[in-house]
Amino acid sequence: MDKSAKAGEFAIRARKLTKIFNGLIAVNGIDLEVKKGEIFAFLGPNGAGKSTTIKILTTLLQPTSGEILVNGYNPIIQQDEVRKSFGIVFQDPSLDDDLTAYENIEFHGILYGIPKALREKRIEELLRIVELWDRKDGFVKTFSGGMRRRLEIARGLLHHPSILFLDEPTLGLDPQTRNQMWNYILNLNKKENITIFFTTHYIEEAEKIAKRIAIIDHGRIIAEGTVEDLTRRTNTASLEDAFLSLTGREIRNEDVGNLDNTRMRRKIMRR
Amino acid sequence: MNTIYIFWLRQIKKYLRSRSRLFGSLAQPVLFLVALGFGFGPIFQKAGGGNYINFLTPGIITQSILFTAVFSGMDLIWDKQFGFLKETLAAPVPRLHIILGRTTGSATIALMQGTMVMLLSLLFGFRPYDFSRLLFAFLFMFIIAFLFTALGSAIAALIDDFQGFQFIVNFLLMPMYFLSGALFPLDGLPKIFTIIATVNPLTYGVDALRTCLVNISHLSLLLDLTVLGSLAVALLIVSSYSFSKIQI
Repeated sequence: MDKSAKAGEFAIRARKLTKIFNGLIAVNGIDLEVKKGEIFAFLGPNGAGKSTTIKILTTLLQPTSGEILVNGYNPIIQQDEVRKSFGIVFQDPSLDDDLTAYENIEFHGILYGIPKALREKRIEELLRIVELWDRKDGFVKTFSGGMRRRLEIARGLLHHPSILFLDEPTLGLDPQTRNQMWNYILNLNKKENITIFFTTHYIEEAEKIAKRIAIIDHGRIIAEGTVEDLTRRTNTASLEDAFLSLTGREIRNEDVGNLDNTRMRRKIMRR
Repeated sequence: MNTIYIFWLRQIKKYLRSRSRLFGSLAQPVLFLVALGFGFGPIFQKAGGGNYINFLTPGIITQSILFTAVFSGMDLIWDKQFGFLKETLAAPVPRLHIILGRTTGSATIALMQGTMVMLLSLLFGFRPYDFSRLLFAFLFMFIIAFLFTALGSAIAALIDDFQGFQFIVNFLLMPMYFLSGALFPLDGLPKIFTIIATVNPLTYGVDALRTCLVNISHLSLLLDLTVLGSLAVALLIVSSYSFSKIQI
C-alpha cells in the first residue's frame, strides 16, 4: 500500500527496463523516475536507446523485461489507460499530408473520444496558440517543417495529456521556431502542470529547459541529475563537457531498421 | 464506432481528392472491356455463347474491384513510411476498429469504382438482366471488395516497401484474375484449370456477379455467398492480427 502511494508522485517509473532486438541490446536494464510536473531531458548519442525507451513507455514497443508505470498504469497490460494519459510528438513526421491541418487534429480528437463541442473549442484554442488558426484549412503537404511541428504539438496536447513525450522535437527547426515552441511548452508545464519528457541532440536546449537530465549511452543510464549535479560530478564547466566526458568523443553510427532507413532517405531527398 | 467511422471517412476523403486515382483506375478495365469485348464478341457469338459484352462485364467489374481493393494495401504501407501509422497506433482504440474502418473505407472505394465501370459498360452495350437483382449485385460487389481489401491489408502489414508489395500482389493477382472465369466460361476446361478455378476465391465472386447481373451461372449463389462471406471474415481476422503485430 505504501508502494502505490509513492507511485502517485511519479509520472514515469521504470525498473530494469530492457529491450533486446535480435540479440542486440538496445536498452539495458535502465531505471527511471520522473516526477509529476517535472521537465525531464533524455540525452545521448545516436543509437543510445532514447527512442526505443520512448516507444516502450508509449506502448508502441513491448519491452523484453522490466517493470514500468506511466501515470500509475502499466503500458504492457493497461495500454488504453496509458495511451489516454500521454501526448506524443514523434521524431519523424506523423501527419497525414492529404488532410488539412484541421482534419488532422480533428481526427485525433475523435480517436481520443473527445465530445464534439469540447473538441471544437479545444482545437481552436490550440491552433491559435501555435498560430495555425488562419491556416487550419490548408493541406499539410503545403506546410513547412516548423508548421508541421507546431501542428503536431497542438495535436499531442488536444486530449489534455498529463505527460507530453517529445522525441527530438526541435530537429530541423530554425532558432525562432525552436524558441517559440519551447515557450509554449514551458508555459503549459507551468499552467497545467504537464510532465515533459523530451530527448534532444542539442545540449544547450537540455541545459536551458530541463530541470533534470539523464544521460543514456549503450542502453544504460550513465548519469542523472540537475545540470549542476552533472557538471560537479564530472568536474567540468558546462553540460556539453560533462556529456562528452561521460560518453566519450568518438562518433556513433546508428543501426537503423529497414523502415527507418527509407524514412531517412526520404528526409534527405526532401531537403 | 466513432473510430471505425473516422477511418472510413479518411479513406473516402483521400480517394475523392485524388482525381488521377479516380480516373486512372478506370482506364484498364475499360480497355479490357472494349478490346476483349469487341475483339472476341463475334467468335463468342458464333460459338453459341451469346452476347459476349454481357458475359464479360461482370468479369470486368470484378477486375476493377479486385485491383482497387488489393492495391489499397499501399495506403497502409504509405502510412507506415510517412509516419501517420504511429499516430494511429499510439491512440487508445482497439486495433480491430482501426482495421475495420480502413477496410470498409477502401472496400467502399472499390465498390464505387466497380459501379463506375458498370455504368460505363452500359455505353458499350451491357444490359443487366433484371433490375430488381441489382441490389444483390451490389451486395456481392461489396463482399468481394471487402474480402480483397482485407487480403491487401494482411499482405501490406507484413511488408515495408512499395516495390515488394507490388511484386507480391501482381504475382498473386494476375493468375487469380485470368483463372477465375472472368474472361471465359469455365465449362469444358482442362482438369488442371478446373482445379485452380475451384480454389480461386475470385471464381465465386465472378460467378455471383454474373448470376445477379446477366443470369449466367456456373455455381449456386448460396455456395458463392458462403465461400466469399467466410473468406472475408477469415481475412479480416488475419489482417487484424498481422496489423496488431506491426512494430515501428
